[in-house]
Amino acid sequence: MSTKLALGPVLFNWKAEYWRDFYFRAADEWDVDIIYVGEVICSKRSPFFEPYYDEVASRLSAAGKKVVFSTLSEIMIPRERKMTASVCALDDYPVEANDAAALFHLRGKPHYIGQYVNTYNEDTMVHLVKNGAQHFTFPSELYATALKALVTETKKLGVGSEIMVFGRAPLALSARCYHARAHNKIKDTCQFVCENDPDGMELKTADGKPFLAINGVQTMSHTYLNLAQEIPEMMRWGLDYIRLSPHTLDMGKVIEAFQGVVQGRFEPLEAIRKIEEADPSLKFSNGFFHHQPGYLWRKTA
Amino acid sequence: MNLPNNPPELVCPAGTPAALRTAIDAGADAVYCGFQNATNARNFPGLNFTPEEMEESVDYAHKRGKKVLLALNTFPPAGQTSLWKQAVADGVRLGVDAMIVADIGVAHHIATTYPDQRLHLSVQAGAPSVEAIRYYCEEFGVKRVVLPRILSIPEIKQLKSDIPCEIETFIFGNQGLMAEGRCSLTNFVSGVSTNFDGVCSPPSDVTFHEDKNNMLYSQLGEFTIDCFSCAQGAGYPTICKGKYVAPHRNEPYYAFEEPISLNLFDLLPQMVGAGIEAFKIEGRQRSRAYIRQVVSAWRLAVDSVMQGKAVPKADLVALTEGQKETTGAFRSKQWR
Repeated sequence: MSTKLALGPVLFNWKAEYWRDFYFRAADEWDVDIIYVGEVICSKRSPFFEPYYDEVASRLSAAGKKVVFSTLSEIMIPRERKMTASVCALDDYPVEANDAAALFHLRGKPHYIGQYVNTYNEDTMVHLVKNGAQHFTFPSELYATALKALVTETKKLGVGSEIMVFGRAPLALSARCYHARAHNKIKDTCQFVCENDPDGMELKTADGKPFLAINGVQTMSHTYLNLAQEIPEMMRWGLDYIRLSPHTLDMGKVIEAFQGVVQGRFEPLEAIRKIEEADPSLKFSNGFFHHQPGYLWRKTA
Repeated sequence: MNLPNNPPELVCPAGTPAALRTAIDAGADAVYCGFQNATNARNFPGLNFTPEEMEESVDYAHKRGKKVLLALNTFPPAGQTSLWKQAVADGVRLGVDAMIVADIGVAHHIATTYPDQRLHLSVQAGAPSVEAIRYYCEEFGVKRVVLPRILSIPEIKQLKSDIPCEIETFIFGNQGLMAEGRCSLTNFVSGVSTNFDGVCSPPSDVTFHEDKNNMLYSQLGEFTIDCFSCAQGAGYPTICKGKYVAPHRNEPYYAFEEPISLNLFDLLPQMVGAGIEAFKIEGRQRSRAYIRQVVSAWRLAVDSVMQGKAVPKADLVALTEGQKETTGAFRSKQWR
């Protein structure tokens, strides 16, 4: 099959109606095949979105999208464990595991493996496939030769492959909420201060250089991962899906840009220009892919 | 207080064969160490063991009735797994008492190839929940889990009754809050990965410089991680312990955590009472003098608790990072 587009789960604490309308727009307008839904970062946010899950999932399915429910990336306290158990029990939609607690529940049932599970090598894939994994999104810190070996292994195992190509790169997770900490609060009394930063809260170094972005318990890159130039190479490996991670810029334009590259309608540099038009302030990076410091950005063409 | 029937195991770090002997002589029940490559998460120049040194060290430990635990706690990238498989084969041949693993693929390889090999789940696997721990126990026969430093003692007690394996917890040393095994911050800045190169904040990328106002800046690669007045002296630039600027804050602040060490000396009686099977001291990068002092103090403390005596207060604060200490998550959940 040719390479297709996937829309990753919304990682930020968007206003619930904005979140719902984003997915409605995805259903009605966007040329993507897989759409991930569900709270991945913070169990405290989930109750805001849950009332809309049915409506969003049905509308996406009716529009012909494959809907996959993503689990939390970090699971420790009873609330998180309960949430994970109930998402994993879903029968109508496949579930994407982002933590070993989800792997525990999903054994023996077809499921997806998300980018927060450390699928770094062939043996890990063999084990996960034995337990029912049928689709893998690989961690974004991996470099091209490792990714190529993983995609090659998916062909042998007869499972799907996916690599994130757009959005702030996930770099770290913590049990502590750094959004709350920045506002002199703790996780239990956070007052949802993260909702004021719908693309993450930017952190600069002490001498003023943009560096990281905070999303609750998650630390991300300040730069936006952009692998538009690397797509032709990944397509030669036989990659099944490229993942775009949702942000508040016009995702329709971003999807159109990447769809253009995948379909060979325009060159990667033209796609990059179109994304820059959607938000001229963005800084990109593709260092991880080239086995370089992740923040680096090089235009290869 | 209810004391456990078997005394808890004191698990101590060794970055070199000399440190291993020092730790054992100072009272360690078990020592953990790794080979000189990316198969372990402390892959620093001048640290770790050749296979020959490992063989001699296992012999030294076993002659004294002590254990050697082999750290194989990184994640091999696809195409590179032979290095890890060689380390596993060497470990089996040399008779290490357990292998500490984090990667599902490495665990799968050991469990299928050497089913009798004892496995411990590394803190790098980041498994703090009943389900995650049971997953590794049921899939690979893991016999002990090293818990992330994010659980309180009541939480550990509860967990203990719900899982089918032993528990090992950190009691002293580095206090990291980033979920272990899921941090790419070093790779983002330096191009080497904590997960698959075994490196956090590589010394080769560290620089210091002073500005005209006598402020000292520590840098990792192209990024300033911390700033100090020259009177303070600058600490080692670890990304998650740096000072940064947020949009609504004027001054740089410790956005993630203070450079501070974990010291659970005061909580030891409670932790022994909770039935925790093993206590771990962090610091394979530390000197023999440090190992001797810290291991001796904890040996005395554990023995005192088991004999129902008061724990003699040891002054370990001077040895901690930034000379500041915390009980971290273990006392309460307020830090989250």
